[in-house]
Amino acid sequence: MKITVDEAKCCGAGQCVLIAPEVFDQREDDGIVELLQPSPVPEFHDRAREAAAVCPAAAIEVVEA
Amino acid sequence: MTAPGRIVVVGASAGGLSTAAALRSQGYEGELVLVGEEPHPPYDRPPLSKQFLDGRWESERLALRDDAGLDALGLDLRLGTAAVGLDLATRQVTLGDGTRLAYDAPVVATGVRPRRLAVPGVAPASGVHVLRTLEDAKALRARLLPGRRLVTVGGGFVGTEAAAVARGLGVEVTLVEPARVPLARALGEEVGRFLTQVQLEHGVDARSGVAAAEILRTRGDVSGVRLTDGSVVPADDVLAAVGSLPNTEWLTGSGLRTDDGLVCDRFCAAAPGVYGVGDVACWHNPLFDAPMHIEHRGNAAEQALTVAHNLLHPDAPRPYAPVPYFWTDQYDLKLQCYGNLHGHDTCSVVEGRLAQRRFVVAYRTADRLSAVLAVGMPPKTLRTWRAAVAARTPWTTAVAESAGAEQLTGPLRL
Repeated sequence: MKITVDEAKCCGAGQCVLIAPEVFDQREDDGIVELLQPSPVPEFHDRAREAAAVCPAAAIEVVEA
Repeated sequence: MTAPGRIVVVGASAGGLSTAAALRSQGYEGELVLVGEEPHPPYDRPPLSKQFLDGRWESERLALRDDAGLDALGLDLRLGTAAVGLDLATRQVTLGDGTRLAYDAPVVATGVRPRRLAVPGVAPASGVHVLRTLEDAKALRARLLPGRRLVTVGGGFVGTEAAAVARGLGVEVTLVEPARVPLARALGEEVGRFLTQVQLEHGVDARSGVAAAEILRTRGDVSGVRLTDGSVVPADDVLAAVGSLPNTEWLTGSGLRTDDGLVCDRFCAAAPGVYGVGDVACWHNPLFDAPMHIEHRGNAAEQALTVAHNLLHPDAPRPYAPVPYFWTDQYDLKLQCYGNLHGHDTCSVVEGRLAQRRFVVAYRTADRLSAVLAVGMPPKTLRTWRAAVAARTPWTTAVAESAGAEQLTGPLRL
């Protein structure tokens, strides 16, 4: 699995961090997404997919290997 | 009960597409039809009043999936055709071109449309805009040139965001809002005043407590707006941002109940096996024990996951109990809200100060913390407050734990 984030789309909702804190974080100053694991281990795949699905700004893309 | 063999999703915007994608990711391999009234592949709407309207983005950037991503879903995609009827007895959706689509389960995701201004001079449509579709945004964007004059009728989120974008492009903007304070009913009077102040500082002529009475035209072109107080505001264009109406007319006669949207239960079901998702749905949110009709982008995506699950697991449905979220960009400010603002009783600044443009406002409904609205706060602070909303924290606890809480008055009573 390969994850990319689009910082220009991100609205800083933080939904991704709630769902998959191992994969995503937010910048302290403006809340914009930080990608912790661009290729997460399989254990986190489901949560990464859910985070991408619910992102209010459609800023997370997941490409399945 | 087993999962359906042919699902017809009516509505191909965020809610409909998200439902289709969630069905596939949750293992559904049956037939999946996605019907969309607009001719475009599914695209994202929030940027229409933000990055697209101000010219930073082109339409390609709005696509919710690229062609390969759409292909991967294995859809029978019917774009450019609206559904005009639903027959629960024969299990068919009828399209505008007469096609009848048989289904095992239908999903209603037809969204909302802008309410139109009902004043003299609105017709012909030239120069009077709404902002919902890509075409709407393109038409308005083409007119937002330096020195042009825009009157935005309606001081809600669409109207204020568009006003901010227009000012940024050098357009002269007048914001007309019938309420005494724009956004006061939604966000409370103080926050409404604060946001109005921000508009004023950016050179917007904010006219509150008046409505548009007539669109004035010279040789067919918009020349101004006459307001209910008799004043005339010169204008080249008018944006009507006066709310929305759910697209439920096509369900007339189906037996499904519509009232401020398609009425759904806590599982988002409008009838056994019939689901609603996104802006069109009015469902019962068990977290707040209240009916909710939410026209925010994040809700469409989140609700779609629950709807997909419930379609595929009719014997083990999950209630949909989210903490609603929305954001709005107003100039350099980003407002974020978690929770249910609707019908709140009072609010308090619980962190920071409005004047510092760095604050959290907490909203009370009955004896609970029901929502928080934040500007300029670090993400950890927001997550803490969101968790307090999700936990249905008693108001006294929520406010007691915040230092220096400053009581604000209640929402503006109209």
